[in-house]
Amino acid sequence: MQHGKYRFIAGFLALPLAIYGIFVISPFVQAIYYSFTDWTGLSPDFRVTGTDNYRRLWNDDVFWTSVGHNVLLLLVLPLVTIGLGLFFAFMLNVGGRRRKNAAVAGVRGSGIYKVVYFFPQVLSIAIVALLFQFAYNPNSGALNSFLSAVGLDSVRPEWLGDPDLALWCVMAVMVWSNVGFYVVLFSAGMSSIPRDFYEAALLDGANRLQTFFRITLPLLWDTVQTGWVYMGIMALDSFAVVQIMTIGPGGPDYSTEVLSFYLYTKAFRDGQAGYATTLGVALLIVTLLFAGIVMKLGRRERLEY
Amino acid sequence: MRVRTTTDAADAAATGIPAQRGRRARGPGGRVGSEGGLLNVFSHGVLLLWALMVTLPLLWAVMSAFKTDKEIFTSPWSPPSGLHVDAWGRAWSQAHMSQYFLNSVIVVAGSLVGTMLLGSMAAYVLARFEFPGNRFVYFLFVAGMSFPIILALVPLFFVMENMQLLNTYPGLILVYIAYSLPFTIFFLSGFFRTLPTSVAEAALIDGASHTRTFFQVMLPMARPGLISVGIFNFLGQWNQYLLPTVLNVGDDDKKLLPQGLVALAVSQGYKGDWSGLFAGLVMAMLPVLGAYIVFQRQVQAGLTAGALK
Repeated sequence: MQHGKYRFIAGFLALPLAIYGIFVISPFVQAIYYSFTDWTGLSPDFRVTGTDNYRRLWNDDVFWTSVGHNVLLLLVLPLVTIGLGLFFAFMLNVGGRRRKNAAVAGVRGSGIYKVVYFFPQVLSIAIVALLFQFAYNPNSGALNSFLSAVGLDSVRPEWLGDPDLALWCVMAVMVWSNVGFYVVLFSAGMSSIPRDFYEAALLDGANRLQTFFRITLPLLWDTVQTGWVYMGIMALDSFAVVQIMTIGPGGPDYSTEVLSFYLYTKAFRDGQAGYATTLGVALLIVTLLFAGIVMKLGRRERLEY
Repeated sequence: MRVRTTTDAADAAATGIPAQRGRRARGPGGRVGSEGGLLNVFSHGVLLLWALMVTLPLLWAVMSAFKTDKEIFTSPWSPPSGLHVDAWGRAWSQAHMSQYFLNSVIVVAGSLVGTMLLGSMAAYVLARFEFPGNRFVYFLFVAGMSFPIILALVPLFFVMENMQLLNTYPGLILVYIAYSLPFTIFFLSGFFRTLPTSVAEAALIDGASHTRTFFQVMLPMARPGLISVGIFNFLGQWNQYLLPTVLNVGDDDKKLLPQGLVALAVSQGYKGDWSGLFAGLVMAMLPVLGAYIVFQRQVQAGLTAGALK
């Protein structure tokens, strides 16, 4: 019996572990090793150069520009996306007209809103990025022709062509495509909060804003925190939007360069695979730091209800 | 920040409701009842505005796909002068869209079946059996969820090249499976742990083998979890852009749908065939949106499953 059990365990785990080991674990381990070499990726020869890559990284202006952009994305994207997600979810669940005896009610048609908000989430990021590339087109794009149509002909920004604006355009697309996910996520959480809590608070003279900060947010805290980590990891990636949509890509003048795309160009365009993995290790460190900070700062007593 | 402010300003313009009204309603004068009414108007206004912001770009793309190139260029917001469908034919056959669809179907069919089978097997063993190293293997898998994939891609490219799997469908299928396992195992092992043990024990006492118990008793019981994670994996793999962009760089007609669209954008952009391009985009967009509208409940549950415990 015991023998049979172990054979069964081994039989079920062997193939998944083998595939995972070959295609995920081993490349990660190799990446860390290659970050200490001068490997080009073009030929099998390379030398171990110690910390040379890391010293080069320290003095690489483009690297620091990318880190700066990643940090900005990391600060702005989760804040705006989760803020809007919470706001809309709260409106859906509590913003409705009073009905019968209920102190709070969801708005009519909240199901339809959720369906529509979720649209961008099921589309490939490639489709979304291409769509907005056209929308941002300064001559024939949807945005500028809309501005002309409402009489703002003099405004017509260059959008992705303007170095001061391009990164914000990237962020807007990422917010646009992710808000729906958080609305649905938070909405599911909010609908499981007992209505009595709101009733009691409103009877005691609290207004809706107070109920949000005193009831909704504390009870949703775990979900908000998980969402924050998700969105942060997305902000640290943002490869597809930058690669497909921006001018250059990564431009104009490095104004939308991010770590993931810089790594990609170093590895697959410039033949500097060793240095690219060093950039990747830096990205890994930033990711782990971020997740650690969110988990640490966000730690609160779990509320059972 | 920028997004927030434009939302408020545009909201006031679009709905004719000053943004302050919602705030004033919460003031000391408003009783709970009237507050509900005004709040309701305010929330519908804001919600409707975001619904428009989501749908307008999509509708704009659909509209553009039926226009001529000249119309797209000179009057982006006006409706098409007639239903020009020739662009759809160009995109479908000349620009390889049909081929891209087929490629994606082949790869995702293979990887989805593989992910679900291998993922549920590993999750079941890790959730229900005690053996030395169980926790280690579990955390090894789960750790894969938080690492930036792009770091592994540089060495992975050369691993694939050495195994002669680069630019091949079996190679892509294996990689898709490998990178889908962490979430699948994390989610399903949690699910298997919640299932009652008595049914499986009864099957074992009746003489069924562990393998048979798994396939005939446990898997059917785990169906709701399998559906959620299956939808999650399907959308993730169908929409995957990063992996094929790095690992599938061979012939043009072997591209998968998302990377094919980007190639289409470049080639039709050179030719100035904007309508063909929009037709391609809409072609890729509609099946997924259609399927989503039909299975919206399951899709929303599937995609948010990982974040809700």
